[in-house]
Amino acid sequence: MNSTRRNFIKKSAALAGTILATSALEPFTAIIFAAGEPDDPTKPWYGIGIDIEKCIGCGMCAKACKLENNVSQEPFYFRSWVEQYTIKNDGTIHVESPNGGIDGFKQTVPEEEIYKTFFVPKMCNHCAKSPCTQVCPVGATFESPEGIALVDEKYCMGCSYCIQACPYGCRYLHPEKKTADKCTLCYHRITKGLEPACMEICPTHARIYGDLNDSEGELYKFLKEHNCQVLKPHLNTGSKLSYNGLSSEVR
Amino acid sequence: MPVQLKTLIPLFAVFIILFLVARHFLIPDSFGKYGHYRADAIDEIAALPINYAGKAVCVDCHDVEGEKLASDMHATLNCELCHGPNAKHADDYEIKEFLIKDGSREFCGRCHSLNPARKIEVISQIDIKEHHPEKEKCIDCHNPHAVTELTE
Amino acid sequence: MEHLYDILKHVDGYIYPNEIALQWGILIVLYPYITGLVAGAFILASLERVFKVKVLRPTYHLALLTALAFLLVAGLPLISHLGHPTRAYEILMTPHFSSAMAIFGFVYLWYLMAVLLLEIWFDYRRDIVIWSQQSTGIKRILYKILTLGVTDISPKALEWDEKLGYIITVIGVPSAFLLHGYVGFIFGSIKANPWWSTVMMPVIFLLSAMVSGIALVMFMYMVISRIRKVKIDMPALDEIGKFLFLVLILDFTLESLDQVHRIYEAEESFEILHLLVTGKLTYTLLIFQGLMGTVIPLLILGFFRISLPKEKIRKPLYFLASSLVLFGVFFMRWNVVIGGQLFSKSFLGFTSFKLGMVGLEGFWMALFWMILPFLILSFLLWLLPPWKKQLE
Repeated sequence: MNSTRRNFIKKSAALAGTILATSALEPFTAIIFAAGEPDDPTKPWYGIGIDIEKCIGCGMCAKACKLENNVSQEPFYFRSWVEQYTIKNDGTIHVESPNGGIDGFKQTVPEEEIYKTFFVPKMCNHCAKSPCTQVCPVGATFESPEGIALVDEKYCMGCSYCIQACPYGCRYLHPEKKTADKCTLCYHRITKGLEPACMEICPTHARIYGDLNDSEGELYKFLKEHNCQVLKPHLNTGSKLSYNGLSSEVR
Repeated sequence: MPVQLKTLIPLFAVFIILFLVARHFLIPDSFGKYGHYRADAIDEIAALPINYAGKAVCVDCHDVEGEKLASDMHATLNCELCHGPNAKHADDYEIKEFLIKDGSREFCGRCHSLNPARKIEVISQIDIKEHHPEKEKCIDCHNPHAVTELTE
Repeated sequence: MEHLYDILKHVDGYIYPNEIALQWGILIVLYPYITGLVAGAFILASLERVFKVKVLRPTYHLALLTALAFLLVAGLPLISHLGHPTRAYEILMTPHFSSAMAIFGFVYLWYLMAVLLLEIWFDYRRDIVIWSQQSTGIKRILYKILTLGVTDISPKALEWDEKLGYIITVIGVPSAFLLHGYVGFIFGSIKANPWWSTVMMPVIFLLSAMVSGIALVMFMYMVISRIRKVKIDMPALDEIGKFLFLVLILDFTLESLDQVHRIYEAEESFEILHLLVTGKLTYTLLIFQGLMGTVIPLLILGFFRISLPKEKIRKPLYFLASSLVLFGVFFMRWNVVIGGQLFSKSFLGFTSFKLGMVGLEGFWMALFWMILPFLILSFLLWLLPPWKKQLE
């Protein structure tokens, strides 16, 4: 056999052997969505579930959120809000969120033009691979050990980079504190065994939260029994907010 | 060594040392404990005040209303949904500024007014203008704690 | 808060409720503009030093001092924009390295101190030592301090000045790229915003920075020569014009490629961005940045490549071209920063932006930040006049 052919076979064999060996080291797993666990296994790994079929657009979640967390009542700062999507017969999409839905909704599109309409509550998705905490230049916003995205208002310098980076519009600059502000999943409540205010108050139990790794928990079952979607999955944010009944028009 | 570097290198060394000293004093103590953030912030956030007490706390004192509510269609509702955030009232009975007692059409209509985006299987809806216009408020007929009990 | 109610009336379509107020205003438009001028001016200076383009020598020191004057001001609009300017030091103490913005503190410090100041010092040291002996009063004190105690101006020492200065310049070129490239990356890496999120962003920022820096040196050289009533070195000016033309072509090509690619792929965000460009950004993008800032200068400078008219005609045309380029690049920054925040991430609507006149984020403040570098430059030219340097 001439030397070039021998070399070729030797090299190919080496390559094939390496591939085979390394493939045995770790089987290929496609982690597409919000896989994840807390670094500390004794801690929960919080996620959220929202059932669009159950939301009646009363807006009390958005109202309770502001009252619980002392958020400015002005219509420009929301930790959580509700949108009404109306798809008209001509195919156009009409969305509204008057004062974030806090005062409830009035029907604005005439009934005969409506093809379908529904409410979509929005809040921080507490992403597992959150782009907002990634871009903070000083370490003032972070994912807590339980997977909740929080802001350290004593350290934040108010550069607004995190607000730009959130694809879901969940953050704002606090008008008085001049630091970034956002939903904390009512961290001060859940650490005392209470529910987040929005979930406590919802009359139809459309919003739930829980430990994604607790197989006895409500959220775990919710995700199993429903076909859920996250918002903007193509951005790979690892969003831990799963919606049941999310229609394809919703952004 | 060129004469310039004999001055510049010590000068830069001084800057760097000053910088390192500043770091020691300016970086908060708990920074870096769990990750690239000030770990104390977590406890500070956990200690924020609570404004919604939750149903269990209300029913502790208001057991009569609690029992009534449990018997009818509004059984799964939280008291503070209609009555406002009252954790402060739960701590001090005298604090009543956050208490809401409303039973007007606008108020009940927040959930019950007709809206095509609401599923009728999820919530009963009526036209809040047309429904018994001779009565002023919903609670003139409907007891909110026992809605099917109508007063006539 | 008043102005937010005003904006609420002008919301077009649907925006997420938090999107109503633009987070980054004119101060954030200014920062990349100013650092772009710095990077561009520095690279033009480096062309002479490192790439031995001798004909640019008359503009070498002016370019360096211009870069310094603008660099000293660059961080100020940024810090004044912060919600808590007094916490700005945190970026040096606990930089979060997954954030492109965290690099700001160190790159800025590095470039300023290690590169620009040192290069100027090595270049001027001999003159500073001589001037410290010849002058009186406050100038004498300033020069004495600036010598840093290194008063040896023997031929050996001067040789080292030259060598070390050369090394610094070589390090300085990639440093200048980094100083401005990271700004492009700050925008380009935000996947949430499709107007910003493109691989081309750091490259486009860098090229437009070079364009603006070169145009600034051309502009400054003409203005200062006029003030000093000295003759302009036309070969130098023509050479600058040539470089400006080349880099402008490159910049225009890549920016157009980015847009063509966007139009062709027509991803989900395309419709709203199309509305953005043909609606809210019609004047600032198509006319100010495109026509006035790019096409017209390209026509002027391109014409010179084919046939060089008389000096009497070239001079005002160079002045016009450089002014238009400076104008256009400012609006490029405007279109990126402001444009990226005008449309909603729901892709269903627009908010609106009105530049206030007063206040920390107002027009007058922005104007002040732009004028300040020229004041600093006058001081630098008084302290370190390039034309009074010892002849080589």
